[in-house]
Amino acid sequence: MTNDDGRALLVELLHRIAPEADLAEVDPDAPMQEALDLDSMDYLNLLTALSEETGIDVPEQDYPKLSTANGFAAYVASASVSAPARDAAGLVTFDPG
Amino acid sequence: MGDFRMPSLGADMETGTIVEWRVKPGDTVQRGDIIAVVDTEKSTIEVEVFEDGVIGELLAEPGQEMPVGALLAHIVPAGSSAPAPPPAEPAPAPARPAGEGGFVRASPLARRTAAAQGSELQAVAGTGPGGAVRAADLDLHAEPAVAPAAPVPAAAPAAPRGAEDRQAAMRHAVGALMATSKREIPHYYLATTVDMRAAMAWLSELNAKRPVAERLLPACLLLKATALAAREFPSMNGFWDNGFQPSAPVHIGVAISLRGGGLVAPAIHDADRMELRELMISLRDLVGRARAGVLRSSEMSDPTITVTNLGEQGVEEVFGVIYPPQVALVGFGTIVERPWAEAGMVGARPVVRATLAADHRVSDGHEGARFLATIARLLQAPEAL
Repeated sequence: MTNDDGRALLVELLHRIAPEADLAEVDPDAPMQEALDLDSMDYLNLLTALSEETGIDVPEQDYPKLSTANGFAAYVASASVSAPARDAAGLVTFDPG
Repeated sequence: MGDFRMPSLGADMETGTIVEWRVKPGDTVQRGDIIAVVDTEKSTIEVEVFEDGVIGELLAEPGQEMPVGALLAHIVPAGSSAPAPPPAEPAPAPARPAGEGGFVRASPLARRTAAAQGSELQAVAGTGPGGAVRAADLDLHAEPAVAPAAPVPAAAPAAPRGAEDRQAAMRHAVGALMATSKREIPHYYLATTVDMRAAMAWLSELNAKRPVAERLLPACLLLKATALAAREFPSMNGFWDNGFQPSAPVHIGVAISLRGGGLVAPAIHDADRMELRELMISLRDLVGRARAGVLRSSEMSDPTITVTNLGEQGVEEVFGVIYPPQVALVGFGTIVERPWAEAGMVGARPVVRATLAADHRVSDGHEGARFLATIARLLQAPEAL
C-alpha cells in the first residue's frame, strides 16, 4: 500500500465514522481530532474500522503517530507490508512458501 | 387500561409527531418492543411499549403532531379476553402497590398537573406501568366523560424536518430546558482533582493485551465510578417533582454532543451493575445511535444522574447545568499530566478534574463533597470497577 492508498483509505473510513467530516479541508499535518471535531470514541471507531479493513491492529502507544492525516497514511502504508493478506472473503490467507 | 399514549420523552417535551408505526392492529407485542417511531424537537425516538398485549386500533396518523398524553392506540393487555373499552369510559382502577411512605407512583407531568388541579394522586386511577398515574389519567379523573384529547392540527405536511429546522428546534429545546433548570434549581458547585495514575496504568496494561475493537476508553472508568458512588449517595440519584424521589436503580445519563450542534443525554440503564466491558459496548452503541438520531424512549426518560465529559476539547473543568428533573450532574475534564506533590516530593501524574453540580434542595455541600471523594476513591482501585 502506498501513502496515497493510505490516505484514500482514511477518507473512506472517515466517511463511515463521521460522514460530514471533509478531510480535503484539513491541513494534512494538523491533528485530525481537533480539526474534524472527533472525540476519542470516534477515534477508536476509526481504528476499529481500520483493523477490520486491513487487519492492522494499532497498539495504544502508536496512537500519536496516526494523529495527522499524513501520519495516518504513512503508518498504514508501512504497516500493511507486514499485515496478513486477506482473500476475497476477508479471511487471512497463509503463504506456506 | 392498555392505552398507548404519547409519552413524555424529556422534561421539556410538549408534543411529538409519529414518524412511523412499527406495529399494526392485531400484532402481539411484548414489554420493551418498539411500537412507533416519534419525532421530537431534539431527535427521533423509538418508543417502547410497557406491557405485553395485542395492538388494537391505531388512532394517530404518521405526520400528526400530538401533545404528550394524547391517545395514540389501544392495546388489549395479554390474558384479557374482553375487547378494549371505548375511550370515553374511565378505566377501572388497577391495584396499585403501596409505595414506601405512601408514595404514589406518577409521572413528573402528572404530579405537576395534579398540583395545579388540586387533585390527590392517591385518588386517581393510574394507567401507567404498575398503576402509575399519568397526566392523561388526571383528565379522566377530573371529567369522567371527557372525549380523548384531540390531536393538535399539523401545521405542516408530513415531510421530515430539514437539518436547519432540526438544529433550530434543538437549540430551542435545549435552551428552554437549561433556562428552566437555572430558574428552578438552586445549584451548588464543587470540584476536586482526582489522581489517575493507577487508573491509567491499569487501563494501559489491559488495552495492550486487547485488539482495538475490545479496548476500553477512560470514560468507562469515570462512568462506572460515578454510578457506584451514586448508589451510595441516594441524594444524588433520582428525580425532583414537588419533593425528591430517590431512585434505587442507577441509570447514568451520558451527555453526547451531536454533530452540527445540539446535545442529548440518554441513559445507560443500571450502569452500576455493568462490567466495564459491557459498559464500553453500551456506550459505543449509545453514542452511535444518538448521533444517528435514533434513541429509545426509555433512554430519554430514565436517567437518574448525568455525566458530562468535555475533556475531548481540552477543557479541564466543566460546571454544568443539571438536567431537570434530575438533581445532580457530574463533570469530568481532560485527563492531563500535571505536577503532583506527595510526601514532600513533586512529580508528574495524570489527573482529572471532577466537578459536581447539585440541587441544594436535596443535598448540601458536605454530602456533595463526600460523593465526589467517593468517586475519587473508587478511581484509585480500577480493577475493582
